[in-house]
Amino acid sequence: MHTSEILLEARDLRKSYRRGGGVFSKEAEGPRFTAVDGVCLAVERGETFAVVGESGCGKTTLARMLVRLIEPDSGELGFRGKDLLALRGAELRAERRQMQMVFQDPFASLDPRMRVAEMVGEPLAIHHPELGKTEKQERTRAMLERVGLGADALKRYPHEFSGGQRQRIGIARALILRPKLVVADEPVSALDVSVGAQVLLLLQELQSEFGLTYIFISHSLPVVAQMATRIAVMRAGKFVEVGPAEQVLHLPAHAYTRELLAAVPSLPSR
Amino acid sequence: MTCLLEVRGLTVELPTPAGWVRPVNEVSLHIDAGESLGLVGESGSGKTMLAMALMGLLPPGARVEGEALLGKDRKEVAEVKEKNAREPGVAGGKNLLALNERQWRAVRGGQIAMVFQEPMTSLNPVMRIGRQIEEAIRAHESRLAAGDVKRRAAEALGRAAIPEPQVRAEQFPHQLSGGLRQRAMIAMALAAGPRFLIADEPTTALDVTVQKQILDLLDHLRRELRLALLFITHDLGVVRQVADRVAVMYAGRIIEEGPARQVLASPRHPYTQGLLNASPTLERGKLSPIPGSVPQLTAVPPGCAFEPRCSLRRAECVAAVPDLRVADQSHTARCVLV
Ligand SMILES: Nc1ncnc2c1ncn2[C@@H]1O[C@H](COP(=O)(O)OP(=O)(O)OP(=O)(O)O)[C@@H](O)[C@H]1O
Ligand code: SF4
Ligand SMILES: [Mg+2]
Repeated sequence: MHTSEILLEARDLRKSYRRGGGVFSKEAEGPRFTAVDGVCLAVERGETFAVVGESGCGKTTLARMLVRLIEPDSGELGFRGKDLLALRGAELRAERRQMQMVFQDPFASLDPRMRVAEMVGEPLAIHHPELGKTEKQERTRAMLERVGLGADALKRYPHEFSGGQRQRIGIARALILRPKLVVADEPVSALDVSVGAQVLLLLQELQSEFGLTYIFISHSLPVVAQMATRIAVMRAGKFVEVGPAEQVLHLPAHAYTRELLAAVPSLPSR
Repeated sequence: MTCLLEVRGLTVELPTPAGWVRPVNEVSLHIDAGESLGLVGESGSGKTMLAMALMGLLPPGARVEGEALLGKDRKEVAEVKEKNAREPGVAGGKNLLALNERQWRAVRGGQIAMVFQEPMTSLNPVMRIGRQIEEAIRAHESRLAAGDVKRRAAEALGRAAIPEPQVRAEQFPHQLSGGLRQRAMIAMALAAGPRFLIADEPTTALDVTVQKQILDLLDHLRRELRLALLFITHDLGVVRQVADRVAVMYAGRIIEEGPARQVLASPRHPYTQGLLNASPTLERGKLSPIPGSVPQLTAVPPGCAFEPRCSLRRAECVAAVPDLRVADQSHTARCVLV
């Protein structure tokens, strides 16, 4: 057995927002609301670190801070031994290429007039301008095929696909740069049970195939139970419990974890 | 058998650019007073469309066929059924599917009510909660004195176990948390005393801890008020918790029906089995997804609609739509293997 290696480390991450009042609010300084309140974590290479919690607990804000889509108010963030918050310009871009996100709705932030080929190939175009057109196309096609979509998908538009296929496209876009870390924020919560299971299985396969490390965010303990090596239970901006998945699920230490577990409607055992 | 609500051969057809589609296909079901029927199925299987047909809220241009009888009690349903059989067409006023909009206004809210996944779709955002409930009562009992309406509205809020009902009554929907909004909607739905309640994914948007409270509330109310409850969900765990019986829907048809515990413990249709094996539980196990996806309504396979995804299919499965076959007493499944 080789010793574990920390890929991503966060110390005392904090983020607060002004409650209510947007740009047009009369009060310049309204009361602040703390979305992430001093989170520490260390994610080992190759593991799936899951964060589970109810709506508004701060999990999406945390996920986005970890990949620097949102700037923390304070705290430290280390990735591959580097101080991620200190990096700028080309150096930051190089590290961010190694960390990608998979979203609940992969197309929410993308132009609906983009064809699938452009959507999946765009990161290549940005980070590898040196690649030729045919090389880019070939890598895009291969990636789509790996997530279970044929070459005919390339020329089509996202609205022509079902929810499950759209998530496969989102995963292809996230993986095309061969990142080290993938942060998946509720990747199956918009999907039907039968299709969600397909996507979870695909994520598991891709993890071992590409040696990925996952941070997996979800409100669903049963979904997390399928994926996680470790689980952090988050409430009101804080981790109330962190531990190996088996332990958190079967020997929960915190009362809130027990409450969450008790509320999960059970199914007959298989 | 006679029940409070009996639906027979309900078919809904909708016009689309690609021709007529059938989101609901020859559905029959029954629910008794105080009983809860769980309707499960994946997205697009037709659950909401079925509910809308029973609420008289189908989209314009929809064609509907079949019979849905709702009585005060079993006796009334039996009488209506007999009368309909004797003089077909004449007793059409008692068939929910044949009501006109004027007749519906008396039935909707008064005899049947519905709660939705997103309470904001049925709550008025600019009207105080208390006022909305009072209006719901007044719509059915216009002669009630103002004081009585107020009292009934307060009772309705109390029934839904809303803490500090007087305070909440003065608030607007956006001032309430998701769980409280759902309670307010339940209070409003039940304010005029319906006997049949449809709940369409009422907890899907809620956190699990809040979901549990709402499920407990609905369970309590249907027992106390002897409501017939049609509970729609895509979550088999939820259905196990709230339903006495369960009906599984796929591509517009009911493909399995029976006592909830039995259907979930020993499902007989390969689709229900697949759905159970694809549902994550707290036990880590190898998930087995169902290959492929739900068919488009414009391309429902002939014969068994599940055939392209079914690992047990045989030649005969494409020949004709399998009948609902009796698997065990009150447990039926639409599969040639049963
Ligand atoms: N106005 C419409 N015209 C044509 N087809 C429609 C219309 N509204 C819905 N449909 C189709 O009818 C089918 C059944 O939809 P319905 O909303 O009843 O499904 P559902 O089981 O409630 O799904 P969900 O779990 O997503 O709520 C779907 O294929 C849907 O696309
Ligand atoms: S009828 Fe045939 S195809 Fe359909 S579920 Fe049964 S075995 Fe499978
Ligand atoms: Mg629906």
